[in-house]
Amino acid sequence: MGIYSTLTSIEGELHKCMKCGNCQAVCPIYKETRHEVGVARGKISLVEALLSGETEMTEGLSERFSLCTTCMACNANCPCGVRFDRIILAARAEAVRQKGLHSAKAIAFGALKRQGLFDLGLKVGSVFQGVALKRIPGRKSGSRLRFEVGMGQTKVFPNLAKRTLRSELPEIVRPAGTAKMRVAFFTGCMINYFYTDMGKAVVEVLIENSLEVVIPNGQGCCGIPASVNGDVESARVMAKRNLREFENMGADALVVACSSGGSAWKHVYAELLSDEPKWRALAEKWAEKSYDIAEFLVDRVPFKEEGLGRVERKVTYHDPCHLNRGQGIYAEPREMLKKIPGLELIEMKEPGRCCGMAGSFSLTHPELSDQILERKIQDIAQTHTDTVATGCPACRLQLASGVENADLQEDVVHIVQILAESYRAGKLEPRV
Amino acid sequence: MLSESILRELREVLGGKNVLSETEDLLTYAYDATAAMRRKTPDVVVAPKSTEEVSQVLNIAQKYGLPVYPRGSGTNLSGGTIPLEGGIVLSLLNMNRILEVDTENLTATVQPGVIIQDLNNEVALHGLLYPPDPGTVTTATMGGSVSESSGGLRGLKYGVTKHYVMGMKLVLADGKVIKWGGKTVKNVTGYDLTALFTGAEGTLGIITEILVKLIPAPETRKSLLGVFDDVDKAGRAISAIIRNRIIPATLEIMDNMTLRTVENFTHAGLPIEAEAVLLIEVDGYKEVVEREAALVEDVLQQEGAVEVKVAKDEQERERIWFARRSALPALAQKKPTTVLEDATVPRSKIPEMLKAIREIAKKYDLLIGTFGHAGDGNLHPTILTDERDKEEMARVEKAVDEIFQVAISLGGTLSGEHGIGIAKAKYLPLEFGEAGVRTLRRIKEALDPEYRLNPGKIVLRKE
Repeated sequence: MGIYSTLTSIEGELHKCMKCGNCQAVCPIYKETRHEVGVARGKISLVEALLSGETEMTEGLSERFSLCTTCMACNANCPCGVRFDRIILAARAEAVRQKGLHSAKAIAFGALKRQGLFDLGLKVGSVFQGVALKRIPGRKSGSRLRFEVGMGQTKVFPNLAKRTLRSELPEIVRPAGTAKMRVAFFTGCMINYFYTDMGKAVVEVLIENSLEVVIPNGQGCCGIPASVNGDVESARVMAKRNLREFENMGADALVVACSSGGSAWKHVYAELLSDEPKWRALAEKWAEKSYDIAEFLVDRVPFKEEGLGRVERKVTYHDPCHLNRGQGIYAEPREMLKKIPGLELIEMKEPGRCCGMAGSFSLTHPELSDQILERKIQDIAQTHTDTVATGCPACRLQLASGVENADLQEDVVHIVQILAESYRAGKLEPRV
Repeated sequence: MLSESILRELREVLGGKNVLSETEDLLTYAYDATAAMRRKTPDVVVAPKSTEEVSQVLNIAQKYGLPVYPRGSGTNLSGGTIPLEGGIVLSLLNMNRILEVDTENLTATVQPGVIIQDLNNEVALHGLLYPPDPGTVTTATMGGSVSESSGGLRGLKYGVTKHYVMGMKLVLADGKVIKWGGKTVKNVTGYDLTALFTGAEGTLGIITEILVKLIPAPETRKSLLGVFDDVDKAGRAISAIIRNRIIPATLEIMDNMTLRTVENFTHAGLPIEAEAVLLIEVDGYKEVVEREAALVEDVLQQEGAVEVKVAKDEQERERIWFARRSALPALAQKKPTTVLEDATVPRSKIPEMLKAIREIAKKYDLLIGTFGHAGDGNLHPTILTDERDKEEMARVEKAVDEIFQVAISLGGTLSGEHGIGIAKAKYLPLEFGEAGVRTLRRIKEALDPEYRLNPGKIVLRKE
């Protein structure tokens, strides 16, 4: 039985913890609250108390389990190799099994399970978003909440796209000439509904590299928002739908430009479906050919350097937790950036420190999320760059909000957008 | 559970968010980093922001007869922060400001919740160093490490925490605030309260401000690794280095059991056939470091090292110290419970101590890995066990008893750097004798007659 099915599955991880407290040195939440319950060791002791029967599952306990961005910094700093991300996910799943899901989340994940309904809702939303959100004067995109609904009013949200990415692009996009391979693109929700510019850049770059791009229309939410909040049943429905849709269309490889989506395909689906052998096998098959876009373009099909034009940007790169520690991808994005002519890469202090977004965490713990973000924005400001690049739309949203609120003149983009920009610039440059 | 009126009083003083009283929070203050300790949940956790607030908490504690357990990061290894009798856990983590770095008098003034590494990062900007570096340097607080007088890897050359404290502000059990010491190198006014309160483990007063000494950071450093096929030879090499008038910043040892485990864990290329390795670092001015490193290399060779490696660059140096830092976690992977002791002997007795530990391991059929700060005689015999195995735990206890007896018979001490806490309180008479323990108790009772502060640690109430 996997971590999503039973709490006892992580007993081995619990035994590894020797309570040394090294996790305190790197936990972004603990740094802000300085409460033991914020750090991995504290929550591990709560799970232990739960398993030993010293306490039972309470609303309060489930609330404490929500205090984790799953940034995995504690995993990396743990001398005993405790996988705390597995412990917290199992604990949250247990909380939902015993106490049910918080009602707001239940409605959201219920809608995400029925993607059509969700699409309709967001379509209506894109027309009426002005009712709840106030556009920021002088800025192309971005709005703040007009009224307090328990998730803070400081966060700057990107405006919903007028047309979703998947409705704008055909299901299959072919390059001129013969395609080297058929690549399926899993867009994820944020790219589909908000950051269509990122999605278009992915397709543009893949086409530029003579790859056929398949964007299955039937794909939906990756399921990570549900699985990290313990709604395992919804997550399983979503995982199966995506696996079915991609299997039907078929492809040599699958790319994602979102760190949650990448984790979902590479790790989470097989774990979620570990009790159903047929589905598990399918998940494992796709896991093997799933790539983050930077990983794909550096390691799998090296992107062509011929035709890259100058991009005069001073760039600093923020490592998304689930790309860096989650998938071990930190060298590839930098390698990609370094090959772009004219671009200067300036590292910030602690590029791997969590930005505080963590999906719904930023909505349920707005104050903490902002405090964590503030440190990140200070580090960015010190680089004196003009662009913050990252590898995940969720981090992009968070960083863009922080940059906006701090009045920094920085573009916040996905690295693949910079690569697309470079190819575009290359076409305008005179041939030598 | 505390009555609502006590909680209300605490909230009035500290603000609601600095008073934790829900079970889900309290459960996370029932332990520290000490293995195989009984957990005990406090009744309330408070996190004051000033000396004044600490004093008011103590007044409330006195009024209602509640014990007060000061706590920093809870990383100590002697049960020092476990709230044995419930009551109030007083977290000092909200008092985390560096108040001053004085580059002319070479001092820093800090609040107790400052993390040691944060102080070091700050003083490094001025080319200075606060030398004490316990293994928990990135997590432990200044208040905690002063209260435990923690040591670390640089003890041999630079001493331990108690050599760097110059003064304090402190709240006594009755809530009164006292302050003493200062930035002068010389100060013999009155009794030496700094010596008394450093290492007092929070049993005599609550430290709310600390004045520490800083030193110029060494210009450079160099690391060496000496491999020995015989523990005695390694021991003689330690003495020979010192006899040659070289004081390395760090002089560490790992025994065969530790070596094998670390190698299995890190694949760093350690000599697993070796009976012992010495890991040495010299630091200072470039010229001095070159000369000392060469001398150490010669001495190791003369003393019969099978192999001597000198780290050629930062990467090689890092590899040596990575192996050392991995000692405890690697050993901890082998069994669920890791009992880490810190019995310490004069450095000349290291070979005897190592041999005794091996015999004890054999006698009680236990896995014991030994590593530690050989240069200052502070070894860490580490017993790998499983606290759920009652029969084995009984043998562990006997082995620990015997380790302490041997250490003391060799002219050593129960604890080099972890403190007495709960874990070693019962062994105190072994080192102090009955009259000695009575003296400690009289000091405790003079300052804290009600046993309000951290009760159950070091000296226990007389039955």
